[in-house]
Amino acid sequence: MAAGFKTAEPLEYHRSFLKENCRPDGRELGEFRATTLNIGSISTADGSALVKIGNTTVICGIKAELATPPTDAPNKGYIVPNVDLPPLCSSRFRPGPPGEQAQAASQFIADLIDSANIIQREDLCIESGKLSWVLYCDIMCLDYDGNLLDACVIALLAALENAQLPEVTINKETELAEVNPQKLHPLNVTKHPVGSSFAVFDNTIVIVDPTAEEESLSTATITVVTDEDERLCALHKPGGSGLSAEKLQDCISRAVTRHREVRKLIEEVLKSIKPQQ
Amino acid sequence: MHNARNAMEVESSSTCALREFGCEQSLLSRPDGSSSFIQGDTSVLAGVYGPADVKVSKEIHDRATLEVLIQPKVGMSGVRERAQEQCVRETCEAALLSSLHPRSSLSLVLQIIHDDGSLLSCCLNAACMALMDAGLPMGCLFCGVTCAIDRDGRIVTDPTMQQEKESRALMTFAIDSTERKVLMSTTKGSFSVNELQQCIAVSQRASEKIFQFYRDSVRRRYSKTL
Repeated sequence: MAAGFKTAEPLEYHRSFLKENCRPDGRELGEFRATTLNIGSISTADGSALVKIGNTTVICGIKAELATPPTDAPNKGYIVPNVDLPPLCSSRFRPGPPGEQAQAASQFIADLIDSANIIQREDLCIESGKLSWVLYCDIMCLDYDGNLLDACVIALLAALENAQLPEVTINKETELAEVNPQKLHPLNVTKHPVGSSFAVFDNTIVIVDPTAEEESLSTATITVVTDEDERLCALHKPGGSGLSAEKLQDCISRAVTRHREVRKLIEEVLKSIKPQQ
Repeated sequence: MHNARNAMEVESSSTCALREFGCEQSLLSRPDGSSSFIQGDTSVLAGVYGPADVKVSKEIHDRATLEVLIQPKVGMSGVRERAQEQCVRETCEAALLSSLHPRSSLSLVLQIIHDDGSLLSCCLNAACMALMDAGLPMGCLFCGVTCAIDRDGRIVTDPTMQQEKESRALMTFAIDSTERKVLMSTTKGSFSVNELQQCIAVSQRASEKIFQFYRDSVRRRYSKTL
């Protein structure tokens, strides 16, 4: 009976739960799904992380390559993020060129890297005007069940903290770069932004960490990204129903507490893998 | 074809000064609604087609399918345009009463004529004027306002490209006309919660001017045709 109600009237089904201040999966309105993190899951990448928020699974791999720095900024390197939503992760994505959601997510991550200053691009320069690192941050969704952006941000941050780059020196005589794979250095991650996503139901009820079903039934979604200084790095609301200043303030406060939780998780996982090396 | 040409200069007040802005509606003959919106040197041309037939794969059974295309001045549209398209589309979807035209398609094409900062807000304004010109049913109007926070912490509304480059944070909001709520928000750079609240308040104040301009231009236009 309940299954039939859910299929026939999905919105009413969700409303009946929200009326009682809970959600179909048993969570409260302000509760995130269980977040798990695995760091260093791809051995061939320079840094990697796998994040699960409920069923949503996102993996991020960092590959570093050498290149000549951009001519307009000779003392900087490159960070190239890409978010991939393959047909594997949900039936809503078709094979072929990336769809709007994947491109919008890539742009969001690229903007976030600049806005939050996660890595100083100057740190990626090896020799001004000659050699610098390019960090390809490939983020792939393996299972899409809503809240993609939060998972992407955690995966990216954890993978960057996990990344180890070999030491590179330029031979004075031959002017060629010499890579020393024995000496590895971690990246200098200066800021640690964490995102929190919210969905708005019926223009009024705000829930955190929406599932794919909740996202499609909601009237608006919001992603708030904060850093450790409680500054906002992004307030991304691509449209949908209007939001009052008070509701927005609630979202920001929730994002700040979420930041602490996730930060602790990443630090614990990083600490747990250190002794094995 | 009757053209309505309006231009209104907004005096530079202390906190929410906008550049001179203007709009021309129904300037194209083929689209069902069109407009060109100019903010300072930034200029966007918008055309709306619809409600028309929709491809079966894109059909939504209880409302119209809205498609937004942003064409840059040079080159192909890329990832940045796709992200902007998403913002404009979802804002328009919130304002349009699309359930009145189920199983049909609406397409909105935004051609960038010149970009001198505050591009996304200009796109939103052009889109709203074009939707109005097409006579599509809307629950509310919306407008876009861009705010930049410069190095000294001052808020500059409707910044030019130069001001955008010099700013440390940049935010664009879409404000609705009924309750002045934030429909859309996209930001660059980092800022405090207090700065955000100030920028929203400034944008809401600036939106009053734009909505007044909408009202004046529509009134002027229809007083001529009647």
